[in-house]
Amino acid sequence: MFGFALRRVLSALPVALIAVTACFFILRLAPGGPFDGERALPPQTLANLRAHYNLDQPLVSQYLIYIGRLLQGDFGPSMVYNDFTVSQMLWIGLPFTLMLGFTAFVIGTIVGLLAGAISAVNQNKLPDYLLVALVMIGLVVPNFLIGSVLQLVFGVYLGWLPAGGWQNGSLAHLVLPVAVLVLPHAGRTARLMRGSMIEVLGTNYVRTARSKGLGTRLILARHAIKPALLPVVSYLGPGLSYLLTGSLVVEQIFALPGIGKYFISAALNRDYGLVLGTTILYMFIILAVNLVVDVLYAWLDPKVRLR
Amino acid sequence: MSFTQTLKAVSVAGAMALLMSSAASAVTLNMMNGSEPGSLDPHKASGDWENRIIGDYIEGLMAEDANADAIPGQAESYTVSEDGLVYTFKLREGIQWSDGEPVTAEDFVFAFQRLFNPATASEYAYLQFPIKNGSELAEGSITDFNELGVKAIDDKTLEITLEGPTPYFLQALTHYTAYPVPKHLVDKVGDSWTAPENIVGNGPYKITEWVPGSYVKAVKSETYYDAANVQIDEVNYFVQDDLAAALARYRAGEYDILTDIPSDQAEWIKTNLEGQDYFAPFLGVYYYVINQEKAPFDNVEVRKALSMAINRDVIGPDVLGTGELPAYGWVPEGTANYEGVAPYQPEWIGLSYEERVAQAKAIMEGLGYTASTPLAVQLKYNTNDNHQRVAVAISSMWEQIGVKTELFNSETAVHYDALRAGDFQVGRAGWLLDYSDPSNTLELLTTGIMQEGQMNWGNNYGRYSNPEFDALIKSAAAEADLTARAKMLGDAEKIAMDEVGAIPIYWYIAQNVVAPSITGFVNNAKDIHRTRWLTKAE
Repeated sequence: MFGFALRRVLSALPVALIAVTACFFILRLAPGGPFDGERALPPQTLANLRAHYNLDQPLVSQYLIYIGRLLQGDFGPSMVYNDFTVSQMLWIGLPFTLMLGFTAFVIGTIVGLLAGAISAVNQNKLPDYLLVALVMIGLVVPNFLIGSVLQLVFGVYLGWLPAGGWQNGSLAHLVLPVAVLVLPHAGRTARLMRGSMIEVLGTNYVRTARSKGLGTRLILARHAIKPALLPVVSYLGPGLSYLLTGSLVVEQIFALPGIGKYFISAALNRDYGLVLGTTILYMFIILAVNLVVDVLYAWLDPKVRLR
Repeated sequence: MSFTQTLKAVSVAGAMALLMSSAASAVTLNMMNGSEPGSLDPHKASGDWENRIIGDYIEGLMAEDANADAIPGQAESYTVSEDGLVYTFKLREGIQWSDGEPVTAEDFVFAFQRLFNPATASEYAYLQFPIKNGSELAEGSITDFNELGVKAIDDKTLEITLEGPTPYFLQALTHYTAYPVPKHLVDKVGDSWTAPENIVGNGPYKITEWVPGSYVKAVKSETYYDAANVQIDEVNYFVQDDLAAALARYRAGEYDILTDIPSDQAEWIKTNLEGQDYFAPFLGVYYYVINQEKAPFDNVEVRKALSMAINRDVIGPDVLGTGELPAYGWVPEGTANYEGVAPYQPEWIGLSYEERVAQAKAIMEGLGYTASTPLAVQLKYNTNDNHQRVAVAISSMWEQIGVKTELFNSETAVHYDALRAGDFQVGRAGWLLDYSDPSNTLELLTTGIMQEGQMNWGNNYGRYSNPEFDALIKSAAAEADLTARAKMLGDAEKIAMDEVGAIPIYWYIAQNVVAPSITGFVNNAKDIHRTRWLTKAE
């Protein structure tokens, strides 16, 4: 198992290097630069700024400088935000993004698995119909709409919860943003769980178990749950990555200090340092999550280990 | 940081915040401040969202009153020499930085030298170019900072020498580029003096916390000379880019002031939040630039026809819904130092819209452009709902006169890169005045300068050029008599607008929403509202 994990880690390194390199050069191909704002800068000022950020050097040496810094764990300066380095901004924002993503992941996964299993066991009965309807709502309504509606209902009309912000760092501020993130994740998990559970419940070994006279509960616990989980687990990896990296809209609507919004705003501002920093961080999150899922999969399914 | 650590950190922070909030009932102003501040260093800032914070924690020689007019700030009094070239400021007694160090004339000298130092690369340094040798130092043609026209006579006396008489100079001093910086601190920590752990100021508030992406917090500074008259104890400047969400949070009572609104909600706000809408014109013009190096836009008649065919009366009230006033001239009404000059009106102002279209159509037909053989125009704008609405409306207005418009939008950096490179036919632009003086907009239309074998057109994207106009702007800069100066600038405006050097469309309006518990918020032409003038009823 350890060897399997190690091989996975080692194979991730060249992937990371290729991604960083591609990202660096693609970004420079885009027209416009970090100092192209609404107002023209005097040429001398522009030259000074470009020199300050090494932008006056050939692209290849800029790339080497960047990689050199990166190897020392330094993401370099932001070209728009002067008072913080990219590393500082990411370290301040990352805990919020991780907390938001993980909380939504845990709640969404539990809710999704339960809903899927209940649906499957009660296939084509009333609880199934109700749950499927709820799941569909979570899946098809875009999160900016759900976010705004929740904000209006619970923040403005009912006044039960804060409509946004992070001022007090309290649990109450977490409820609405997490709810928005939970819905689609729980929906997808539930759909997968329901489908694979129905399939497992129809297999020969479950029928055999039933014919031996085992109770439903025992069949579910002993024979059905583990194999039914397999497709769900393979989704959980991308699902978690999506929650951790896709909180952009939620962070914007609820004005949360996570790193999701830098992903877009930095790209629009051509803040090269911040774009690369955010991308690399996201890349590591995704690689790490995939690694965990692979290991988990190997544990659940011995066939994977042998390959 | 692991998940459990994060959870612990957050719950501890939450508990602390709860304790702190119950400990004292401070008067707190919660302001929706827009974007994340790029910097709190007055030499590195560039946006109004930064100005709102910086102007609360640092004060210059001159400050703004509730109407945003210049009043003495750190300077107690000043004298101006006969020729209007030398200003002598006397600093107040006992003024201090928030760490207890005294504010001295040397801090100002140091700040101006830093502002003009090419190494600082300050974007807005040019606002202080009226100061003697300022531009030369910034461009690097002079390198000895002792030649700068800012001198400390003693600890309390500062002397500033100008290049020419500058009637708006006291106003320019209210701009953050003229603020002092704490020399003792910058000497010690350099550019990181504005980092949250270092920052000090000399204004009514001091910065105590900055969570990037969330908020900046400031509390009342007890060392400020006028602290006795400052009512609000704490200010939170919230980062909030999503305007619809901002309005929801305002309605939920989480914000006391909104500094911007979603345009499509303007009507709703006027009806449902009566008395809380502070929508008022302020000094800024929304305009289209026409590339005058490209045919047929080098033809005045074509530019005139394009301008005439725009029905400006419907854009503010109907297309945008916020009630922007139509703009025909280049200098916003209410701009200071422009007394005696009537607002510019084109000769066709008296015609009805139908008559204007008919005339514009005739012009275009004379040049061979009709509905069947239209002039193809590409209109570029930076991606934004409002810019798009205006562009769509104007392209349909132009269709009537034989112009077929292709709309092209791109993100801000790409858009302005194209404008500067001259890679456009018609493009959107806007200008908010840095200080209330006609020269601030008129200089946008001066001919570029040859620098190192290249024409630098600055902000004159359309590359309008008229020697007579340039000469008037130049002689106005040296004119000490305000009436004569205003006349020269007025003549210049007429020349540029008669030739349609650019197409003004509307005057910007400020869109603030202010809760009934706040008093002292006054609509003004600069849309500057310092917290020290506000009070909040609990």
